[in-house]
Amino acid sequence: MNQGLVADVIVIGAGIIGAACAQALARRGLRVLVLDAGLQGATAAGMGHLLVLDDNPAELALSQYSLQRWREQAPGLPEGCAYRNNGTLWLAANAEEMAVAHSKYLDLQTQGVACELIARNALRVREPELREGLEGGLLINGDGILYAPATANWMLDTAGIEQRRARVSEVDGNRVCLDDGQWLSAEAVILANGIQASDLCPELPIEPKKGHLLITDRYPGKVTHTLVELGYVTSAHNATGPSTACNIQPRPTGQLFIGASRQFGTTDPQVEGWMLAKMLKRAAEYMPGLAQLNGIRAWTGFRAASPDGLPLIGEHPSRKGLWLAVGHEGLGVTTAPGTADLLVAQLFNETPPLAAQDYLPQRFLGEAVYA
Amino acid sequence: MNEYADLLIIGAGPAGMSAALAAAPSGARIIVLDDNPLPGGQIWRDGPLARLPNQARKMRERLHTHSNIHHHAGTRVIACSGPRQLLVEDADHGWLIGYDKLILCTGARELLLPFPGWTLPGVTGAGGLQALIKGGLPVQDQRVVIAGSGPLLLATAATAKHSGADVLHIAEQASSSAVAGFALQLPRWPGKLLQSFSLFDRHYHTGSHIVAALGNERLEGVRLRKQGKIVELACDRLACGFGLIPNTQLGQALGCALDGTALAVDVWQATGRADHYAAGECTGFGGSELALVEGAIAGHAAVNNTAAARHLWPRRARWQRFATALNRAFSLDPQLKSLAQADTLVCRCEDVPYAALAGHTEWRAAKLASRCGMGACQGRVCGGALQYLFDWQPSAPRPPFSPARIETLMCLDDTPPA
Amino acid sequence: MPDLVLDGRALRVAEGTTVAAALALADDGCTRTSVSGQRRAPLCGMGICQECRVTIDGRRRLACQTLCQDGMQVRTRA
Repeated sequence: MNQGLVADVIVIGAGIIGAACAQALARRGLRVLVLDAGLQGATAAGMGHLLVLDDNPAELALSQYSLQRWREQAPGLPEGCAYRNNGTLWLAANAEEMAVAHSKYLDLQTQGVACELIARNALRVREPELREGLEGGLLINGDGILYAPATANWMLDTAGIEQRRARVSEVDGNRVCLDDGQWLSAEAVILANGIQASDLCPELPIEPKKGHLLITDRYPGKVTHTLVELGYVTSAHNATGPSTACNIQPRPTGQLFIGASRQFGTTDPQVEGWMLAKMLKRAAEYMPGLAQLNGIRAWTGFRAASPDGLPLIGEHPSRKGLWLAVGHEGLGVTTAPGTADLLVAQLFNETPPLAAQDYLPQRFLGEAVYA
Repeated sequence: MNEYADLLIIGAGPAGMSAALAAAPSGARIIVLDDNPLPGGQIWRDGPLARLPNQARKMRERLHTHSNIHHHAGTRVIACSGPRQLLVEDADHGWLIGYDKLILCTGARELLLPFPGWTLPGVTGAGGLQALIKGGLPVQDQRVVIAGSGPLLLATAATAKHSGADVLHIAEQASSSAVAGFALQLPRWPGKLLQSFSLFDRHYHTGSHIVAALGNERLEGVRLRKQGKIVELACDRLACGFGLIPNTQLGQALGCALDGTALAVDVWQATGRADHYAAGECTGFGGSELALVEGAIAGHAAVNNTAAARHLWPRRARWQRFATALNRAFSLDPQLKSLAQADTLVCRCEDVPYAALAGHTEWRAAKLASRCGMGACQGRVCGGALQYLFDWQPSAPRPPFSPARIETLMCLDDTPPA
Repeated sequence: MPDLVLDGRALRVAEGTTVAAALALADDGCTRTSVSGQRRAPLCGMGICQECRVTIDGRRRLACQTLCQDGMQVRTRA
């Protein structure tokens, strides 16, 4: 370590992305200082759903690679991380959505993602709580779930990582200023603080998308797979206005997470009754028995969304020494391992495990202005 | 089946009943909600083994005589569904109640502190045992130990004895000098004279507190520290509570300010939010007499009968002095903060031990790391304990305020606000 | 005098008896099994602690705040 540097790398943000980057760097023998302001981030608010998404080839590549990495790491995760490989069952409500399921099936098969088409009559054999009359589904076998806050803590518990509760007020390349006025320097600074990233870098095209979640009391055995409606990708969630989609996830505790909602243009963390009702009604359309279960808590969180739905991973083109790992929207937990591997490969100037091009910040921020 | 009330009263204990009766002559449409099956609150809980005081019976009868008072039993508030509108739920339905004015009479819950063995069947709160007995819990010939702090221990002892229990020991953590000083003041409040007699119960021990509940599958005995010495007693039940915590969640969710741990009110029992009043134990512990007079002031004030409200101020002041003396006498010994051992469960919903919390500095981080407070009680039990043990501030209440059927939450209007 | 069924066992109780009390009259008074496998019984008696949540006629409810009704089916193991 050079004179005057507090660490080899400073990571801003101790959520799942910052933690994964810090762990990957520490495992390379670097000394990492992780700064976190203690603000509520998406890691603690989300569902911890690990899923392959294929809205575009870059999203598929990053999520597929990351899922593989999660499965490799799974045996080493402590029980508290609550990892389960329970699969995602995409639900088709009508013939149009079943056609989408079929075309996804073909694409995913081609890409080597294990999946099964589930016919109408087989759906309720797999998931008896689903309503009658659904058209069928697509089961992605390799998808899973975990408890992201515990997983982030486990990652941060790696030798070589120092954590500090501190709010960063300014970044300047490889230096950061804390809100007490103290400047800290390192070889590199990684910005991984989700929706707070634009406070430090106003030029980042990151927009908060609010989401609501509810968790039920424990009802073990009711649901096996994470149940997501195909409308999630076909219509509702691609609109610009507020939207909901059925997303029901069984936790290892026997509880059910019920989501999902999206709202733009708000940073108010209040649980909004109208949105909660809308979201629950949507979920109950798929699983009518939900209505009789007790919900015990509801909360909100903010996804850090980029304009094209892909994260920004790589060095900031006009702020040398500052590296970005932000804009993961709803896929931060899923793509944390891939994000970390991509970023570390670029930092070490190695060939990344998948093409880095589609995730480079340059696509929004312009080409590098430094040599 | 949505409803409207000119005056909505949350809680049908002494404060809520008194508020409804004070407001009733105005002719306003009044709705009183309570989550218990019968009115009366904790102190006047009715049941097969309860003996209601005459005053309570009379008040209940008077409630029935007013056709403009509607009482919904077994009904909880689940969410604030709009400006001056609440989502509520009973055993069968969820619905919305709109209101013009609201009086919070949400009472208090017991401070339950973790100690080794406190999760064993047979261990209850002090007020908890009293409530369960009134609901028909059999305690005939059972050996009962009562521990913790405050006058509720004596009330529980009286209820248990009346139901045939053998009360072996009442362990009051406060010192004999504090309790004696309080007892000497009792004659100043004649209505409380009766209680002063039971202070001299031969089983009543000051400077005495629980150390552990003993047993395997269920409670078999207790270990107590009695004037510095450890004693063990075989028993069937332990009723242990360390005083009361005001139930402020709903008030906070409605935007009412706190004064310390209780809802802040002015001389009219009005909170900081216009047309929202609070009375009784949710504004600070003071006993049923104070709750009755506060409830009446709030009821009068809510229907603009300021003269009648003002007339009750001296009576309230008198019972407030009693409350102050009481709270001073039974303040908790800091030694109680060390009852929990590393493996003692603090969060009973998620079975989180003390050791999983001790390293943290605040509630949110501890919760995320350990699941403490994530269970069905929403941190109402462990949150109170952790506020006392570590001075951690509980997080702001969010809907659903109590576990609620998803069907009920779907009663909320799902159109976005304009 | 309501007749109800508690974990398959028939019981007649006095009017106004809570389900929490009925469970103690019928058996050991336990209401649920905790996350780590401990049997638990009602603690607070006043609808706060959630230890007494049982399944009554298919819905999860609090035994301490529910009065026994004729024909009620109560289960303490989910």
